[in-house]
Amino acid sequence: MNQRISVVEKILDANDQIASENRAYLEAAGVFSLNLMASPGAGKTSLIEQTIKNLSRDVRLAVVDGDIATSLDADRAAAAGARAVQINTGGDCHLDAIMLRQALGQIDLCEVELLIVENVGNLICPANFQLGTCQNVLVASTPEGADKPYKYPGVYRGVDALVINKIDLLPYLDFDMAYFRRGVQILNPGVVTFPLSCRSGEGVEAWLEWIRESIRAFRARYGSNGMAKHVRD
Amino acid sequence: MHELTVTESILEIAVRHAREAGAARIAGIHLVLGELSSIVDDSVQFYWDMISENTLAEGAQLVFRRVPVELLCLSCAQRYSPSSVELACPSCGAVQVKIIAGEEFFVEAIDIQMEGSKEAK
Repeated sequence: MNQRISVVEKILDANDQIASENRAYLEAAGVFSLNLMASPGAGKTSLIEQTIKNLSRDVRLAVVDGDIATSLDADRAAAAGARAVQINTGGDCHLDAIMLRQALGQIDLCEVELLIVENVGNLICPANFQLGTCQNVLVASTPEGADKPYKYPGVYRGVDALVINKIDLLPYLDFDMAYFRRGVQILNPGVVTFPLSCRSGEGVEAWLEWIRESIRAFRARYGSNGMAKHVRD
Repeated sequence: MHELTVTESILEIAVRHAREAGAARIAGIHLVLGELSSIVDDSVQFYWDMISENTLAEGAQLVFRRVPVELLCLSCAQRYSPSSVELACPSCGAVQVKIIAGEEFFVEAIDIQMEGSKEAK
């Protein structure tokens, strides 16, 4: 005789718990953090390069790079002037909270005010795995097409900010911005959106200003990273 | 590919609850997956057959309950399941909506056999 017992437990609850620990750890260290998700080729690494180039004079920055096998992206971040840690997922299609925890152990967080995590290029899997960063950001790009919110609702639903990269290509594409934004609005009402081009630089300043403002708000709430402030002053 | 991690999580949850209940064997696992959770049933089943071997849950049947996406229009109170190409309210076209179903992602229940029952080995 089978006996049915009620469970009602979230799958991936274990990952969510470690993500909470990561979040608490980063908050205690005074490190504001972003998890960048996107499809391959949307421009995550280019956006990170732009961000490093423009912010590294004022903000101490570190990058954690998730990739299936190579260190090309981490090399680009390091070349742009940030300390960079590479996580090779060994074929896994996403980063998870344990991988981030291990990477955090390799960074002297006293020296960091802004941590950018570059997730594996993929619109499906990363959305299911919280890492524990302060904010989740999706980098969309115009050549992908305007139907992506409809095809990958999970990742559009779960982010705190949306970058629309490669707007310099709009004159050459049939990208229906109104259709795209309608899908975004339904899945994620009021999400802050940054249309920009990493190539031309158009719109990038608004993105940078959002990061600066987010760091200020984070510090007001959790305190600043005392060591980093001391070093800079 | 992340179905492997998901399947491991399902196994861990099921075995833990079965042990707590003193079960000799897990016969079935009931999963509730919303359409927004982007999990492929066949992949979970594939990994399941590999990783459940030599556990309390070996041979257990996975029962998937898929929950379609359901939206509530905040303008006209229409409840609807969106098409794959349009999410706006089909009645009034509004985009202010609330997602009321489709995000489920949990183990609902397990079927267990106790020591000494006929089927339990």
